[in-house]
Amino acid sequence: MIPLWMYLLVAAALFCMGAYAVLARRNAVAILMGVELMLNAVNINLVGFWRYQQPLNMAGQAFAAFVFVIAAAEAAVGLAIIISVYRQRKSVIPDEADTLKG
Amino acid sequence: MNLNDILSNPDLLPWLIPVGPLLAFFIIMLATNRAKMVPATSHEYGGHHPDYDGMKVPVVTLQSRILSVTVGMLGTLTAWVLSLITVSNAFGAQHFGEEVFGDRLNWLATGVGEFTMGVLVDPFTTVMLIMVPLAVTMIFIYSIGYMAHDPRQSRFFALISLFAGAMLTLVVADNLLLMFVGWEVMGLCSYLLIGFWFEKESAYKAAIKAFTTTRVADVIMLLGIAYLYASAGTLSFRDILYNEAMLEHLASTPAIILGGWGLSAAGLIGVFLIIGTIGKSAQFPLHVWLPDAMEGPTPVSAMIHAAAMVSAGVYAIIRMYPLFEAGGNPHAGEFTTPLMLMAIVGGFTALFSATIAVAQNDVKRVLAYSTISQLGFMMAALGIGAYIAAAFHLITHAFFKALLFMASGSVIHGMEHGEHHVHEHHAHDEHDEAHGHDDHHDHGHHFDPQDMMNMGGLRKTMPVTFWTFLLGGLSLSGFPLLTAGFWSKDEILADAWLGLTHGYGAPAFVFIMLCLAAFLTAFYTMRQLGLTFMGEPRTEEAAHANLGQGIVSFTMTLPLIILAFLAVVAGFAGVHPDFPLFGAIFSPEYNWFHHFVGPTLLHEPASIDFSIVPVLFSFGVALGGLGLGYWMYWRKPLEAGQPDPLVSILGTVHPVLKNKYYLDELYATLFIQPSQWFSRVVVSDFMDNGIIDGVLHLIARVFTWIGDLIKNLNVWLIDGVGDGIPELVAIFGTWFRRIQTGRIQQYMLLVVIAMIVIALIFAVSSGFLVQAAG
Repeated sequence: MIPLWMYLLVAAALFCMGAYAVLARRNAVAILMGVELMLNAVNINLVGFWRYQQPLNMAGQAFAAFVFVIAAAEAAVGLAIIISVYRQRKSVIPDEADTLKG
Repeated sequence: MNLNDILSNPDLLPWLIPVGPLLAFFIIMLATNRAKMVPATSHEYGGHHPDYDGMKVPVVTLQSRILSVTVGMLGTLTAWVLSLITVSNAFGAQHFGEEVFGDRLNWLATGVGEFTMGVLVDPFTTVMLIMVPLAVTMIFIYSIGYMAHDPRQSRFFALISLFAGAMLTLVVADNLLLMFVGWEVMGLCSYLLIGFWFEKESAYKAAIKAFTTTRVADVIMLLGIAYLYASAGTLSFRDILYNEAMLEHLASTPAIILGGWGLSAAGLIGVFLIIGTIGKSAQFPLHVWLPDAMEGPTPVSAMIHAAAMVSAGVYAIIRMYPLFEAGGNPHAGEFTTPLMLMAIVGGFTALFSATIAVAQNDVKRVLAYSTISQLGFMMAALGIGAYIAAAFHLITHAFFKALLFMASGSVIHGMEHGEHHVHEHHAHDEHDEAHGHDDHHDHGHHFDPQDMMNMGGLRKTMPVTFWTFLLGGLSLSGFPLLTAGFWSKDEILADAWLGLTHGYGAPAFVFIMLCLAAFLTAFYTMRQLGLTFMGEPRTEEAAHANLGQGIVSFTMTLPLIILAFLAVVAGFAGVHPDFPLFGAIFSPEYNWFHHFVGPTLLHEPASIDFSIVPVLFSFGVALGGLGLGYWMYWRKPLEAGQPDPLVSILGTVHPVLKNKYYLDELYATLFIQPSQWFSRVVVSDFMDNGIIDGVLHLIARVFTWIGDLIKNLNVWLIDGVGDGIPELVAIFGTWFRRIQTGRIQQYMLLVVIAMIVIALIFAVSSGFLVQAAG
């Protein structure tokens, strides 16, 4: 049987890739995709811990399901914002949307 | 106690006598004197004044004016009726004089004693109560017509009501303090009424002159009152004057000043009180205010000269007479200091002002100086101990002088009427209905309606005025046998003659002065009558002078007729029983006036024996003066443009008399200019600007310096702290806001860094790393 740490390792790698994408990509769509990666890394952790630590407790699975729903909603809202920004500025580069600069 | 009890109680009734006019004053002032504002050019504002152009002036509405006049009349009629009831009570009383009506109550507790306030009706008060309310009522009736065109008639009635109320208070007062209250209120009223037409500079100046001149005397009189209170412990007339022990005590105590020279306390008090009277009754040298008081409306002149103000002065010394006499006996040649003072001042004033009156051309000024002269008669009479004669002359003089003033007012009114007629005739200005008295600023030419040189021939257009004026003038001159003035003057001369025959100095002086004065009185009265009424009109105005028709004419002639009657018959109350024929008719048993007033004094003055010599003198001076006047001014009346024959006869003396011996100028140099200099240089420049302002400025400067100090502290410390904190916050904010770049990925980076840091801290604090390392 595959040991738990391997799942955790995959999840950590996935999270790091997602974080890098969020921090480094210039395209907002790509950033959004990075966010999705990070969420799914969390999902892997949740499901992994549930399977190995508390198989009788359904909370891990339930959390994962909630995260999917939240991720879908977040993607919808995020894409809507990106489209709205694009209509205004003909650009999907977040660095260029710095109106809130102090 | 209801009103009926007071009315039926003769002791309490006198309280109510002054109430009517005083109440009328307050009602008119507070309620009925309602004014509306109109432009000064409006015809409703009668006495138009060019200085008021473009301004709005208050004009009392006709309704409130009628109401005010009604209230004033009701007030004075109430006083008259109550006085008549009191007088009839007095006539019915047994041993009146010894027994008097009166009531008193405590007024002011002073710690050492208590001032009382009360009323007193003794025989002398009774005769005053016959004269004063009657004269006042006549003056009120006259004022209805005389003031009918004045926009401030309501105010006039209010003030003259107060005047009457004050005089009645003074008459019924039972002590010197309450009397002084009435005295001073009259001073105020005279100020307000002399300056009634305050648009005129001469009027308000005359008001100030009257007020300040009498004030000088009043202060000294107040000293006398204070000294009397200190010496006697009471100010009640009855306690002092009807009390032999008290009078002896006052006469034997040396005065605090000049006591070593034989002046008694009674003498010093007397001198002080007499100086008060010299001011109030306009005796030399404080007489200067009275002629100027002619600036007021004529009813006020009548009020001041006859019924109230100057009579009050003589009333006061007649009232206080026993005090002046204390320690002496004028009928035995022992004259006390106050008596000598009165005899000298009175005798001198009588002649002095009679000479001035001779050369005056203003119809009212002649009468003003004759008033001063007649008051001098009374003072002189008191000085030689002729108590009854002085009181008698006070009463008869009030009647004929009120008559003369109102008649002269009618003349002035008629002249203004004539002037108005001429003015209208010339200008064809039918809209100008302004004819306020003495206010003729809008008329192009300067016409003086009071100047006798502008008159002449008025007997044809104003017959009632002429005949009443003639009767008043004859009474003033002492026309023998028929007029009141003769009987009272004759009595004074008889008293003086008696002293003269005993070889006393004061009566001799008084007799000579009064005889000369009486001669001049008769002369200037005749001159006045001749210039005013005789011959042909000297100006167009005089030709058209008349009183018109209706209520004005009626109210202005009715009082004249009543007073003319009294000016003739009042004298028959005091005929000497031994006088040939007349004594038998009017005084079959005794001299009524003497018999009635005499008991006012503790020692009833003895009736003097009849002597024919002073009567012959009376005849001689009166008829001589009248004859001379007739010869100069009636036989050949003055033509228009012809100068007064007196000017050439008197030569260089005439200007001196006409200018009143230059006393006004002398006083201006002696008193007014130095006091103005003093007030300007010493008070204004040195004390006010120098000392007071200096001290104030110094204090102000010190506080300014302290204020600056505190202000600097405030700026440096409190503002430093207060402003420093926000400045620090601002500096920090400026620095710190650089963190907010607006770039979302930087924020995220920071979040990640923070997350890592928090995770590390968590790991370290939970001992995870140690565990992992271990």
